[in-house]
Parts: sequence; structure tokens; C-alpha cells
Amino acid sequence: MGKKSTKSVRDLLFGDLWEYAPAPQSSGFVDLKDHYGHFINGEFVTTEETFETINPATEEVLATVSIADDATVDRAVKAARKAYDNVWSKMPGKERAKYLYRIARMIQEKSRNLAVVETMDGGKPIRESRDVDVPLAAAHFFYYAGWADKLEYAFPGATVKSLGVAGQVIPWNFPLLMAAWKIAPALAAGNTVVIKPAETTPLTAMLLAEIFQEAGLPPGVVNIVNGFGETGAAIVNHDDVNKVAFTGSTQVGKIIQRAVAGTDKKLTLELGGKGANIIFDDASIDQAVEGIVNGIFFNQGHVCCAGSRLLVQENIAEEVLTKLKHRISTLIIGDPLDKNTDVGAINSRDQLDNIKRLVDIGEAEGAEKFQPRCTLPDKGFFFAPTVFTDVTPSHTIAQDEIFGPVLSVLTFRTPDEAIEKANNTPYGLACGIWSDKGSKLFRVASQLKCGIVWGNTYNRFDPTSPFGGYRESGFGREGGVQGLLAYLEVR
Amino acid sequence: MATSKKKSTATSTRLEVLKTFKLYIGGAFPRTESGRYISEETHKGEFVANICRASRKDFRNAVVAARKAQGSWAGRTPFNRSQIFYRMAEMLESRRDSFERALQERAGYTEKKAVAELDATIDRLIWYGGWADKYIQVFGNVNPVASAHFNFTMPEATGVVTALAPQKAPLLGLITALAPVIVSGNTVVLIVDHDHRSLAIDFAEVLHCSDLPGGVVNILTGYREEVLSYIGGHMDVDAVAAFDATPAEKKELGVEAAENVKRVHFFETPKKDDWTSDEAQSPYWILPFVEFKTAWHPMAF
Repeated sequence: MGKKSTKSVRDLLFGDLWEYAPAPQSSGFVDLKDHYGHFINGEFVTTEETFETINPATEEVLATVSIADDATVDRAVKAARKAYDNVWSKMPGKERAKYLYRIARMIQEKSRNLAVVETMDGGKPIRESRDVDVPLAAAHFFYYAGWADKLEYAFPGATVKSLGVAGQVIPWNFPLLMAAWKIAPALAAGNTVVIKPAETTPLTAMLLAEIFQEAGLPPGVVNIVNGFGETGAAIVNHDDVNKVAFTGSTQVGKIIQRAVAGTDKKLTLELGGKGANIIFDDASIDQAVEGIVNGIFFNQGHVCCAGSRLLVQENIAEEVLTKLKHRISTLIIGDPLDKNTDVGAINSRDQLDNIKRLVDIGEAEGAEKFQPRCTLPDKGFFFAPTVFTDVTPSHTIAQDEIFGPVLSVLTFRTPDEAIEKANNTPYGLACGIWSDKGSKLFRVASQLKCGIVWGNTYNRFDPTSPFGGYRESGFGREGGVQGLLAYLEVR
Repeated sequence: MATSKKKSTATSTRLEVLKTFKLYIGGAFPRTESGRYISEETHKGEFVANICRASRKDFRNAVVAARKAQGSWAGRTPFNRSQIFYRMAEMLESRRDSFERALQERAGYTEKKAVAELDATIDRLIWYGGWADKYIQVFGNVNPVASAHFNFTMPEATGVVTALAPQKAPLLGLITALAPVIVSGNTVVLIVDHDHRSLAIDFAEVLHCSDLPGGVVNILTGYREEVLSYIGGHMDVDAVAAFDATPAEKKELGVEAAENVKRVHFFETPKKDDWTSDEAQSPYWILPFVEFKTAWHPMAF
């Protein structure tokens, strides 16, 4: 393919030339309580110790939240056990299904409220919580609802049985969506749940608990406890938990894998990633550039499957990078509640510090840093979209998961080299391939060691589509019929 | 294959030639690098052979061989893997007499039981071989996503698996452990620790002439407890398939496996240790050693 001139690319730096008028999503209708506790046995309960949850875009306190100690977790597990033994495991699948359908509908009814709270508590752009997180959460409940009375058709030749009490720990990057990913298949399969939301984003789970109450979900079927790592550990280590499901860092995933070793607890882990987004020279470049941006700057890069390593074929690298830098210069960074915002707030000060630390390492190790000219808000946690070039596979920023809006660019010459570089990581969650040649795309896809391959697209999710990793990105799948395997005994 | 001393000494003064039993690594039969041995005896206490007592280094070498073979084994067509399974069954069928004799002489099987074990082993090979090009169809699917994308999921091999063979059924146990692992394209290091390890090496000779590429199956004879701590912590082992694991072994393997997030699967021992039972085979035994890959592509002009 001939080299295109990069001079024809016109400089249209919207961010500098035109001020976008603010398009704020109102939040006046949001009625948050001053304090949230836990949701145990169908009731809201508070415990003594508390922490504050803040809006990362303004650093204002949204609410105080109780911390569950071992005794509180024990109470939640006991409630879940009782509900499993007496109610949920005995209920016909078609009745369980209707509860899940009802929950899905109520999420849709309250979608704007949920989206605004998600954005306030977590910092993600309202456009994403409104158009991605909340609709997908509802769709997840709707999809798995339909399985509840059809489990005997899911795995041919086998008999299936629910496991009992599922203990679940979820992260802060998609708080409501992750709750839906965990709770919906667990309930459809006939299990009951004790779940801990992340400590920086507890609010939408508590709104979900209100929905459970309104939906008349029998007490104890889902129990939500708040707190930090110790609370999560109490769930994982509880003797009466039959299944542990965790989404989060590989580091914590390994601790959990060790903790459940030698027990009969079934385990699924959805951990970190360092996804490669591979651009071949026969790709549609403009579409690929959009895909690169979506791959790494969606949700501020707080995505385990983010396309955080760009692998671009050497002969088009200059053209792609020129276009990419122009495109990044048009991104709007700032108030997450503004409907125009592309990149919102970093979820927490800790995460911001970690991103800064890794970016400093990237510079110190000799990679070339690019950031668009942009003004970040004075308050809150923000980080400008960042692209590193001159990155080698051994650089820290090419190996470690940054979990922020930071892209590392590497080049390759042949498909084999692209495959080798893409697989050169202990992770294996997701990759992207951009090419107009179907045979090449399928060949490369078959060679990549990762659970999701996006061909000419990136960061697509659907309840029918299994999600999960190879190698140190964890095991087990969420979504699709395979998602049921995590919550059933199949023999 | 080592046969009865009685038979030859009773009819002539000819001294029987005994077989040296070595390990099976990467399609070759090396001695253990450690130079150590385990004396194997028949159920009556008669000498069978000095069997290799595999070491940590042997295990590492076997993993290297398994890794080297994995890509091309997984890259073969399922049809081809299916035919190689069938070939293994053919090879075993033609040697079944000597295995039946060995089961009786060394392990004290009755003739009836020995015949039953050979029947079950050969049939199980063919049964799993048939799954090679079918489990993907049964466990893979097209996903009807709510957008203009073509989306499908298919299982593929996890990689290099270490298997702890069952401690009963010295022949059938081997196939029960390795067939569900290699049928999808994994390669395996099989650890054999029971009183009749020599049968595993006899069986390696069958594998060796079955068009099965070297390194797909590697067999180490020795002590589980000796290599156990190296299995979980080995960074180039992707999964563990463990039969007859004790609670302590489960704990140790599970803890060490977290080092690289290994998949660890413990198989239940069938009722009354009846490994010939259909309970000891299932397409669902393939699933702990596969990864589901989901691919998306837009549908557009």
C-alpha cells in the first residue's frame, strides 16, 4: 500500500478555536440520602464505622457510607443462606425470571437518575453512563431473566444445579453494570448473593437495592455490604459462601485465588489487561483512529479491556499518529455531567496518583510523551489524554496496566510480529484488529491469546456476548450462555 | 514389554531380556537427569524394573517440550487430532494382549478385569477422539448482540497442562486424564505415581507410534509429593488437571497456582474407583482446559 501524504491532513483544532457552550445534565432531581448503610435481608441497616464517598469531579462529599465488619458480613451471608434454602432455590425458574424482568424494567424506568448518580459518584461522562452503563445493566437483567426457567437447555446432556450463596466483589469503573453482570446470572441460576461494591462508588448499588425492594425481591436474595478490602476479604473467606466472583486487579485476584485454595468454593476472576489494538496498513485509517480513541479514552481508560497498547504497522505509523494526535486534540475533557464531555474525571485521588506515577516512569524510561493542549478543571481529579511513542515492549508503560487515559504506541512490520507483540504480556483480556482483509483478520484473531477480539471495532459489550480473559486476566466468563457456567454445577 | 520370567525360564535356559523403563519427554525416552530410581514390584513382590524417579528438572524439561509442541498441536485441524486419537486406539488394540498380561502379572488383575480395562481404554480413546471436531460446535455459539455486529464464541485450548493421573487403573487412568486435556489442543505433562508406573511407560510406546507429535504427551514417573510444589508455581504451566488429590494437595496446588492465575481442576474419583464407568468421561471434562474466545465484527456496507 502506497504511503499517503500526511500533509493533506487539515488542522482543525476545535478545542482551541471554538468554545463549546456548556450542555449540563441537570442533577437537581437526584435525591441522595446523607448516609447509606448496607442492604441485608431486604432492609437497609447501618453500622457504626463510616467513610465518605465523594464526587471525583468536584471533591464534594456526596454521602457517608457504613463499613461492614466481619459480623455484618456474617449477617448478610446468613440472610443469603436462609433465602437460598427457604425461598430462592425452591422457587420455580419462571417465577425467578419474572423478578429479574421486573428489575430490568425498573432500571429502565429510573435510568436517568441512575446515570446521573453514576456520573456524580464515579466521574464518568454522563454520555457514557446514560448510553452505555445503565442500558447495558438493564439489558443484562433482561437477558438472564430469560435463562432462569431454561437452564436445562443451556448445557446439553448435563444436569445443572445452583451452587448456593455467591460472594461477589466488584470494581469502581462500571459500578452499576458490574453489579448487574454479577447479580443477574447468579440469581437466574438460582443462587443468592452477597455483594460488595467498590468503596469509591457505592451509590448506584444502593439505588439498585431500592429497586430490589420495590420489585418485591424476597428478603436475603441479594445482600449488599459496603466497605473496603477487609469487607471483601470477609466475604471471600466466609465458610458458608459457595462461590466467589471477583472483578478487579490481578494482584487482588491472586490473593483471592490463594484464599479459596483448598476449599470447595467455586471461583471466577475477571482481572486486569493490557489490550493491544493492532492497526494494519490496509485498514480504513479514519475508522481505526476513532477505534483507537474509543479503545483507550472510553471511561478515562478505566477499563480492564482498554486498548492501551497501540500496535501500528510501521509504514502507516506516521499517518496514523498525526491523525490520532489531531483527533485527541478535539476531545473535551472536564465536567462529567456535561453532555459534551468525552473524558471525565479520574475515579479517585489514589488512581490519579498511580497514573501520574506510571506516566513519570514512562518519561524516565525514555518514551516520548504527547498531551493535547487543554485546560483541566481546578478542582477534582483529571488527567489529560496521553500518548507515548518510542515505546519498546520492555518499557513499564508497555507492560503494566495503567488504568487511565494513557496510550503506549509500538510499531510492527509483519502480522507475525504484531501477534508476537500483542501476546507479549501476562494478561490476555482483549485485543483489537483493524484491517479490510477478512482472511488476515481471522488468522490474526485465531492467534491472539485473549478472550475478546474486536475486529474493526473496540469496546463493544452485550449481555449475550461472553466476556473474560486468558492467562493472568482471570478465568470464567460473564455474559452469554457461558456466563451461566460460573453459577451452576454442571454434571 | 517386560513379560513373565516364569514363562521363559520354565521352557529353556534362555535368559529373558528385561526392559529399561525411562521417562517420555518431547517424543524421546530419556533417563531421569537425577539418576534416581524407584524399584517396582509386582503385586506378589517380584521385581519388575528400576523405574525412573523424575525430578524437578525433569518436570521443567517436560514443560519446555510441552510448550514447544503446543502451538502446532493446537494448530492442527480438529479432524486431524480426531484421526490421531483413532490411531492411538488402533495401536493399543493391536497390543492389547501384552497389556492385559501386564495388568494381570504386575497389578494382579483377573483376566476379566484386565480385558474390561483394555476395552474401556480403547473405547474411551475413540470416544474422546470424536469430540475433537464436535465440542466446539456444542460449546461454541453465535451471539445475537443488539447491534449491527457479527459475534461468535468458540473454545480453544488453554495451553500447557500438568495432569496428576488417577492412582488406580494404571492404564485406563492415563487415558482418562490425558484425553480430555489434549483433545482440544493442549499439551500435557502427566505425573504418574502409583505401584505400577511401568505400565505408563509401556503406554508411552503406544503413543510414540501413533502419529502423535512428540511433546504433546509427556510422562513422568515418580512421586507426586516431590514434584507437586513445582507444578503450581511453574510460570509456564497454564492449568492443572488433578485426579485423586488429597485435601492437602488441593490446598498446596491452589495456593501456588495463583502465581500466574492457573486454572486448577480437581476431578472426582468415580464411585467404587470404577474408572471404566461412563461417569469417568464427559465432554464437560474438556471445558476446564479451554478458553472461550469471543470475536466481534461490524456488519456494514
